[in-house]
Amino acid sequence: MALEPISQANGNGGAKEVIIEVSDVVAGFGDHLVLNHINLNVHRGEVLGFVGGSGAGKSVLMRTIIGLVPKREGSIKAFGVDMDAADDHERQAVERRWGILFQQGALFSSLTVKENIEFPVREYLNLSQRLLDELAVAKLEMVGLDASVCDKFPSELSGGMTKRVALARALALDPEIVFLDEPTSGLDPIGAGDFDTLIATLQRTLGLTVFMVTHDLDSLHTVCDRIAVLADGKVIADGTMETMLASKHPWLQAYFHGKRARLDASPLKSR
Amino acid sequence: MLLDGKAEGERLTLAATGAWVAQNARRLEGEIDGMARRNGGIKRVDIDMAGIQRLDTFGAWLLERLVRSFTAQGVKAEVTGLAEKYRALMDEVRGVKADEAPHKEPGTLTSAFASVGLAMVLVGGTISSIINLIGALVVAFLRMASRPRSFRLTSMVHQLDNVAWRAVPIILLITFLIGCIIAQQGLFHFRKFGADVYVVDMVGILVLRELGVLIVCIMVAGRSGSAYTAELGSMKMREEIDALRTMGFDPIEVLILPRIMALIIGVPILTFLGSMAALYGGGLVCWLYGGIDPDIFLSRLKESISLNTFQVGMIKAPFMALIVGVVACVEGLAVKGSAESLGLQTTASVVESIFLVIVLDGMFAIFFASIGM
Repeated sequence: MALEPISQANGNGGAKEVIIEVSDVVAGFGDHLVLNHINLNVHRGEVLGFVGGSGAGKSVLMRTIIGLVPKREGSIKAFGVDMDAADDHERQAVERRWGILFQQGALFSSLTVKENIEFPVREYLNLSQRLLDELAVAKLEMVGLDASVCDKFPSELSGGMTKRVALARALALDPEIVFLDEPTSGLDPIGAGDFDTLIATLQRTLGLTVFMVTHDLDSLHTVCDRIAVLADGKVIADGTMETMLASKHPWLQAYFHGKRARLDASPLKSR
Repeated sequence: MLLDGKAEGERLTLAATGAWVAQNARRLEGEIDGMARRNGGIKRVDIDMAGIQRLDTFGAWLLERLVRSFTAQGVKAEVTGLAEKYRALMDEVRGVKADEAPHKEPGTLTSAFASVGLAMVLVGGTISSIINLIGALVVAFLRMASRPRSFRLTSMVHQLDNVAWRAVPIILLITFLIGCIIAQQGLFHFRKFGADVYVVDMVGILVLRELGVLIVCIMVAGRSGSAYTAELGSMKMREEIDALRTMGFDPIEVLILPRIMALIIGVPILTFLGSMAALYGGGLVCWLYGGIDPDIFLSRLKESISLNTFQVGMIKAPFMALIVGVVACVEGLAVKGSAESLGLQTTASVVESIFLVIVLDGMFAIFFASIGM
């Protein structure tokens, strides 16, 4: 599958390829508009942190992009394919190129850890069982687990392990972009820190693009290249951590300079 | 070709080309395994990766597997020309201990026996939890009797609406049809030796003693027992039952007692209605198909059945309701974390309660025979 660059235009001056392009999207439930003419680009190779108040529609945007929430207006292009115009075949081709980590993991409860990771690979590629098993172990080790969890069922895993296995499943087909929905929620600070390191490492090794919905200020500090802020159904700010900290917008002030904001965390990626 | 080999004496040079990615993994695995077997007198292998277009985890792992299989044969393998951007990925893959990938052991005769044994233990476990729950219900009932205000009447009325009131149409329809069928079959065969009128005796006794209550209980087990199991099971999965317990409420008292009380009240009512519908259906068929006038049917029915016949059916109803309810709740509480286990327990709940209802019916038959009812 050839990967032609789609768009070279980028506000930050660099010539980075846009792999997800959200333009003028409106989505909502009933009378309530959650996304109100929203625009957002995701560039290849970046870690985009997406923040906003609870109920601001961060998860809704993510679910709209991946097609789980229907939108009312606007268009979404993924890898240059307009998702509305795409036929089933094109859509499936795009879906193979992204991986999603759901907030609760969404592991299939009747399959073992190994079967969960092998599932997408088995469905899309016709590989030998030996290779499937080896790759499942390889993915598990990449996310910091080992072969001993292979035959466990999702109900026997701890919260942190569930997230890691879910990440391994999201990475099973070697996607180009992963969507992470609050990857560190429900983890203790040490576990959350480890998970951030893991995301940074995987991003480096696999050349991933990461779209991360998060509330975790430490994650934003340590792994995100760019931060986009959602409020009132629009992206109100977009830029690096420094831009966010310098902003005079009252919501950003409250979010990044609030009691829980710690300014001493240093970015993992620059280490 | 994704991998091209050239042998010069003891030295094998492999040149990799194309995209070493997921889509090509199947082809690549075949070529790599083929290469790894070609080891006639080779001492040294150079793998030139400069020609590849792309590499992902699949390709990286297969390359690592090739290197490992050569190393295992005592051949020195070296990878050259790998692009800088794939270095980190290769380092990651190098640490993978894939030999530890567990393989399922094939089933043996012993494991077949073991699974039979395990199934027996599970049956024992279910029986003991049924007895446990009955005990707990008695305790909860006594506690409720001492403080009647603590009984959850609203909950019970809600359950009664679900299991009894809403079940009335389907129960009436099914028992009516069963009554019709029994009468028709009876007429058809009894007519051969001129015993038409005894069909009324058969319909009356069969429906009032056995079939009315059995059909209703089987319906209730399928309709409400499965619903109880699924409700309690999903509450268990989402820790709602634990939440109740931590707030100081007894799940037996809050969730199970109202449900079982609703069944114990609802099933006799349904049995009565069902028996009447079956008699009505039987009477209708006798009249239209067998030419037995309704007047004759009724007077014959009066002679053939006594209050005893009716009582036998009605006495059984609450006990069978208790069994259906207890089995449904026991199976619901036995649900573990997975969606599959919810399905399994719901199936088990319906199968076990129907089985136990029939066993109980047999025991009642013996009991009533020996007391002469």
